[in-house]
Amino acid sequence: MELLFALTAGVLYASGLYLMLRRRLAQLIIGLGLLTNGTNILIFTSGGLTRTNAPVLAADALETTEPFADPVPQALILTAIVIGFGVLAFSLVLAHQVHRSSGTDDVGDRQ
Amino acid sequence: MSSLVLTPVLVPLGTALLTAALVGQPRAQRLTALLGTGALLGCAGALLREVQRMGPVRTHLGAWPAPFGIELVADGLGAAMVLLMAIVGAVTLLFQQSCADPAPARPGLLPLFSVLLAGVGGTFVTGDLFNLYVWFEVLLLAALGLLALGGQVRQLDATLKYFVLNTLGTLLLLVGIGYLYAATGHLNFGALREAAGRGEAASWLPFLVVPLLAFLVKAGAFPLFAWLPASYHTLPGPLLALFAGLLTKVGVYAILRTLSDVFAASPRVIYECVGWLAVPTMIVGALGAAYHWDLRRILAFHVISQIGYLLLGVGLGTMAGASATVFYLGHNVLAKTNLVLIAAIVFRLGGSYDLRRCGGLYKARPLLAVMFLISAFAMVGAPPLSGFWAKLMLIRETLLLERGVWAAAALTTGFLTLYSMSKIWLEAFWKERPPRDESHGSEAGHALERPEGLGCAYAAVGILAGLTVALGLFPEPVVSFLDRSAGQLGVARVHPSPGFGGAP
Repeated sequence: MELLFALTAGVLYASGLYLMLRRRLAQLIIGLGLLTNGTNILIFTSGGLTRTNAPVLAADALETTEPFADPVPQALILTAIVIGFGVLAFSLVLAHQVHRSSGTDDVGDRQ
Repeated sequence: MSSLVLTPVLVPLGTALLTAALVGQPRAQRLTALLGTGALLGCAGALLREVQRMGPVRTHLGAWPAPFGIELVADGLGAAMVLLMAIVGAVTLLFQQSCADPAPARPGLLPLFSVLLAGVGGTFVTGDLFNLYVWFEVLLLAALGLLALGGQVRQLDATLKYFVLNTLGTLLLLVGIGYLYAATGHLNFGALREAAGRGEAASWLPFLVVPLLAFLVKAGAFPLFAWLPASYHTLPGPLLALFAGLLTKVGVYAILRTLSDVFAASPRVIYECVGWLAVPTMIVGALGAAYHWDLRRILAFHVISQIGYLLLGVGLGTMAGASATVFYLGHNVLAKTNLVLIAAIVFRLGGSYDLRRCGGLYKARPLLAVMFLISAFAMVGAPPLSGFWAKLMLIRETLLLERGVWAAAALTTGFLTLYSMSKIWLEAFWKERPPRDESHGSEAGHALERPEGLGCAYAAVGILAGLTVALGLFPEPVVSFLDRSAGQLGVARVHPSPGFGGAP
């Protein structure tokens, strides 16, 4: 299971980087989005994947029942997803403005 | 008074909300922003006093105990950084009130300015690695907003480059946090410190490299600084001062916090790498500055070469090295911010940032010339100004550790800095004013004749020059405070005495 997630993250990174190196605005933004999601999956995997109990106390229990999933990475990617969403929204507006004011979508060819 | 540690975040955030609510009323908005930075300055001073008296101040958000909840901590290092930030924020905002190349008075300017300060403040007081990432994103987005505010093509283009390279940096940081969490099971600085001290270094060292790379991107270290000269020169004066004074320093602070405090148990090789990275950073930055004629580009490259000095201090990996780094940081923030502000006044008086088109300012504005000399000599490291003590501490420690090449690089960079400072002096201040060039800039010609509205600008520059001189004449209290603060860092336990040699 971890291997599958690691491979997914790797594929997302590879395709994200490839798109970012294309020097086109749209590809740049999509590539950045793929990198963000690859990172999210990587963090999700970093706590180890378990398919057993939820990390929540039962109504009358004093301790959670082992083994349970690590809740911290899930909290982390929730934050990271929200931030990534904000950054993506900003990048879309920025790309739109850059394209409108300079008239080209080539990242390198502009002074 | 543990709630004081919240103020570096809460006060600027509150100011940001108030100024955002006052968007329709520019006067009230400006007054609120000024009062807000004033309050931040007061709180930063109080925090520093509290830390001085009682040691590190900490609070646990939501009353969750340390390794589980998010902790805010201000130790000596953090409190000193917060005070520096408050000074730079207040002074640049004061400068913004003058007519010397101010940022365009868009409604979003002051809220973004305050959010940027909140982000920087957050990185200085956070005690949690993931929270550090969140503050990095906050300050990155605020900085992007400020960069794009002008709306010209070259500014938008600069924003795009800044955005892409810095976002890659923060993503790298996020990856590193994921790895470090997987390796140690902790995010809290205190818990990470214990885990790093306990465990085998090989289990977390490969993962530490990833966030370190991210911090090096943020700091603008060789060879990861491409975003800095591509964007900084498009900023208006006060914002360039804020960026040059604070933003790269946040990256250095994060490296210092990681290597000298939390992961002070790292093997020597990683300090070695940082130290060897510092050498080209210093030299390349100074050479880039020597090449350019645009004041803003010169100063932007100087930011890079100064980052080299700071990395050198971290790379020494001793307690004295850490203390010297923080002193250098303080000196550098004051002198650098002042140089950028003076450049903005030069632009206002001479009509151009291009040195070849300025001149005659020594005769026309002797006071400004003195202010420039103070900051430039501080930057170069002439006694008795602050830069002298900073370089003395740093190079002395380098020589004690028998790092001849590093010391030689630092001294060479000092001479290169002297070269570009004398270039600015000769061109902008000493040479005769060049004949008016009608083809360039219509307002350029007669700016010198009617320079009204520079009062706030002179006040801001005067305050910073005064602080530089004070730090040069009375370094003792600051140095002893920083030495005590460095004693609280993790490096004090691992490498307490200077001159420990290469033993791991």
